[in-house]
Amino acid sequence: MVTLEHYLILSAILFATGTVGVFLRRNVITMLLSIEVMLNAVNLAFIAFGRTIGSADGQVIMFFVVTVAAAEAAVGLALVIALFRHRETLNPDMFTSLKW
Amino acid sequence: MGTELLLFYLFGGVAVTASLLVVLGRNPMHSVLLLIVSFAALAALYITLDSPFAAVIQIIIYAGAIMVLFLFVVMLLNAHKEDEYVSGGAQTMKKPLYAGALLAVVLAAELVWALLRTDRATDGLLTGGAAPDAVAIGDVRVLGQLLFTDYAFAFEVTSILIIVAMVGAVVLAKREL
Amino acid sequence: MIPLYIAQFGIILAVFGLLLVAAAIMVYAERKVAAAIQQRYGPYLVGPKGSLQPIADVIKLIFKEVLRPKGADRILFMLAPIISATAAFAAFAVVPFGAETDLFGLIDHRISLQVADVNVAVLVLFAITSVSIYGIVLAGWSSNSKYSLLGALRSTSQMISYELSYGLSLASVLVIANSLSLTGVVNAQSGTWLGFIPRWFVFLQPVGFLIFMIAGVAETNRAPFDLPEAEQELVAGYHTEYSSTPFMMFFLAEYINMVTAAAVATDLFLGGWHGPWLPEYLGWIWFLVKIGAILFFYIWMRWTLPRLRYDQLMTFGWKVLLPLAALNLIVTAAGVIYFGN
Repeated sequence: MVTLEHYLILSAILFATGTVGVFLRRNVITMLLSIEVMLNAVNLAFIAFGRTIGSADGQVIMFFVVTVAAAEAAVGLALVIALFRHRETLNPDMFTSLKW
Repeated sequence: MGTELLLFYLFGGVAVTASLLVVLGRNPMHSVLLLIVSFAALAALYITLDSPFAAVIQIIIYAGAIMVLFLFVVMLLNAHKEDEYVSGGAQTMKKPLYAGALLAVVLAAELVWALLRTDRATDGLLTGGAAPDAVAIGDVRVLGQLLFTDYAFAFEVTSILIIVAMVGAVVLAKREL
Repeated sequence: MIPLYIAQFGIILAVFGLLLVAAAIMVYAERKVAAAIQQRYGPYLVGPKGSLQPIADVIKLIFKEVLRPKGADRILFMLAPIISATAAFAAFAVVPFGAETDLFGLIDHRISLQVADVNVAVLVLFAITSVSIYGIVLAGWSSNSKYSLLGALRSTSQMISYELSYGLSLASVLVIANSLSLTGVVNAQSGTWLGFIPRWFVFLQPVGFLIFMIAGVAETNRAPFDLPEAEQELVAGYHTEYSSTPFMMFFLAEYINMVTAAAVATDLFLGGWHGPWLPEYLGWIWFLVKIGAILFFYIWMRWTLPRLRYDQLMTFGWKVLLPLAALNLIVTAAGVIYFGN
């Protein structure tokens, strides 16, 4: 029997994987991809909970999360392109000119 | 219900493996493609959760549009070469990785503990059981009604958000205004 | 009594086989119709009136050498045609082509002639069309050649732009039909008005039909929107560096996408398998006739109209077709509310 716990554990594992990516990788595009992984983990949790309580709210909220993720990916990638034009690198450690 | 469990482990395994390879992979092009595989596995999981609409939305928007955007950017910036895991050269690469992996395991354990402590009225049998009405949540009509009545404000705000994001992306990526 | 599983498996095999045969017929028909339009003979040597020409083509393609450019990404180069062909076949899985039947009592209960009767079938079609973009963009990028890359980028942006109008005209039909399942949409078109005008949605939605057809042509990269594979400008676009079997898969994918687009247009606008004078269980004959008409129209357009330049194509898609499709949706929704059917 597949229970709610199965899906929640899977969601937690995916979320932790995404977090590792955001903190450890030194490539802006991969960091954005890791953020998408985290958002997906959250979506999975929402849908699983929605199914458990028998309401369609989980899917509606997932719909909004996907839309926000799309908007954020678009703006984030535009920023990446603008940054790349400046310094020719995708390593976030190279953008340190605002440090004291 | 052996098939349900088998399907869950199959798609869950694919999703976890693909996500791990996305995060640890060296080539951003391969990372993008593996993330698409992960999205497909998650869409399959949504179908086992009686939410076909959510699965299709996932494929259309995430795998079909957002990932194409990522792919274009990777191709445009020619970012398919390898990169270092952590800046500082090969010597400092291993230790932050191990520490990060350890902390990730700790985070996962914490999340699992927090999520499993939820107080539920039903007993948690999720798929194939007599519990919630599968038709009630799988029907797109119900979804549409919820979206336009209870969540109408969020819906309108989301449309403004999309316009703002569109304008912002165009302005940010232009060479000169 | 044949159990249900065997019947469904049989349908899967039948659909797969019929799609391959349809692609072969399309190859032959295209060349014959092109020849007729250009006042020449077309293939006439191989078989009676050249009808075995597609088989000769396939045999030739199989025997060619499989090439791979030196700098090409090995995995992606081989993966791209697989994605294209798989998506093309998978899209047809949710298209119904016949009424519910139980094959003269051979099977237990009624099944519709469809590989999978999903009740979000229209959205699944849309999703698989979105996935087929990857075959093209990966082919172009992994070929490590400038013609391929340019062709792939042009093709992908064209497909993405016209997908919006495709989806909006689809939504207009759904507003009238009140169901997301393709079988439901076709069944909403049964019957006639005044006894002889069939209740097809093309009469309720002429603008929608037009937008859908144009977007369908653009989605399948056919002329006059075939700049991505224009021979005169881009050598062969995204499949320049491919030969033999991978090329055959792209070729196949293109024709099967055409067949799928025609089948979806038939189901949504032309009443699917409903038609006069034939009993319900022979409805698939009408389906084939309608698909044939639409495909003939596609071929006719290719050899008659000049090609659109890329910026003209994008301007048309975003500035003309998309507002028109949105307006169509609004007017349709207003009409449904006002007339209340």
